[in-house]
Amino acid sequence: MWSAAKVVAMHDETATARTLALAVRNWPGHVAGQHVDVRLTAPDGYSAVRSYSIASAPSSDGRIEITVERLPNGEVSPYLTHEVMVGDELELRGPIGGWFVWRSDQTEPILLVAGGSGIVPLMAMLRSRGSAGSSAPFRLLYSVREPKTLFYRDELRALSSQGDSVVITYAYTRVTPKDWPRPAGRIDASVIATGTWPSTLRPTSYICGPTSFVERATDLLIGAGYEREKIKTERFGATGERK
Amino acid sequence: MNASMNYLDGNAAAGELSRIFAVDITSAEGQCANCGAKRRFAEAHLYLQCPGLVARCPVCGHVLLRLANIQERVFLDLCGMTRLTFDTTKRSNATS
Repeated sequence: MWSAAKVVAMHDETATARTLALAVRNWPGHVAGQHVDVRLTAPDGYSAVRSYSIASAPSSDGRIEITVERLPNGEVSPYLTHEVMVGDELELRGPIGGWFVWRSDQTEPILLVAGGSGIVPLMAMLRSRGSAGSSAPFRLLYSVREPKTLFYRDELRALSSQGDSVVITYAYTRVTPKDWPRPAGRIDASVIATGTWPSTLRPTSYICGPTSFVERATDLLIGAGYEREKIKTERFGATGERK
Repeated sequence: MNASMNYLDGNAAAGELSRIFAVDITSAEGQCANCGAKRRFAEAHLYLQCPGLVARCPVCGHVLLRLANIQERVFLDLCGMTRLTFDTTKRSNATS
């Protein structure tokens, strides 16, 4: 069940987050939104398992990307963001999860709502949409602490400038860019009103982020008339690492 | 963050449960033995601050599933769910 995964490339997304490209032996392919479990084992036998969402679109080359946010007291994330080197091998289990997924044969309007590093599985959905040539209308509402903590900044900018029905709205909770129209703060009904689909379009929604963010976003969407049955959520724990 | 917010979704149990179930249980619909609510297991509230994991009904909070790893044995308690319904038409590349 555990496979060997070799780190084949890496780059930093922010000062505290790094994307790792992994070549996974016997990788069966994945669907956007799925995650993997990564297991690290110390020389004394102690092991730690953490879940990370897959950031890359499905492909058949046996490679996936994960983006890992470093947590100050984490057991696994400091290793994955600082110490691991290209050529190192990790133990990996996956792909995992069949619920929080977007399949390229879905044609309905899609709303993605990301809090911080919750962008990762939603980025896989955006990338999957692109690689599959899907024309499903997508909107992304991306809430971050401050501009420098944005993941995938250039790729998202390129996506939204293509005018092919991916609309991206940013919300900043602590620090905004200069001359940003909305003061920094948590997402609220006005952000939902401007950054999401009208509920009458009956979109499917995917919300990913810290538990408190997911609760708030879900409540706001339901308050805006969204159907609970069409809202899928994925929460991070208090530590940000899922287990 | 208060204790009541300290949970994840049933999704997060998929890896651990893939050790036991041949198909992805998190996509299956489970019925709560207490309140009768039918929800995908992925929508359950998952608590990991314990030796193993506990999934609770998102509607009434009743315990649906408990899993504990103790030494070389896995203990699985499903008595909080009266029924699990699997959709076999969906492509299931969920777990491996």
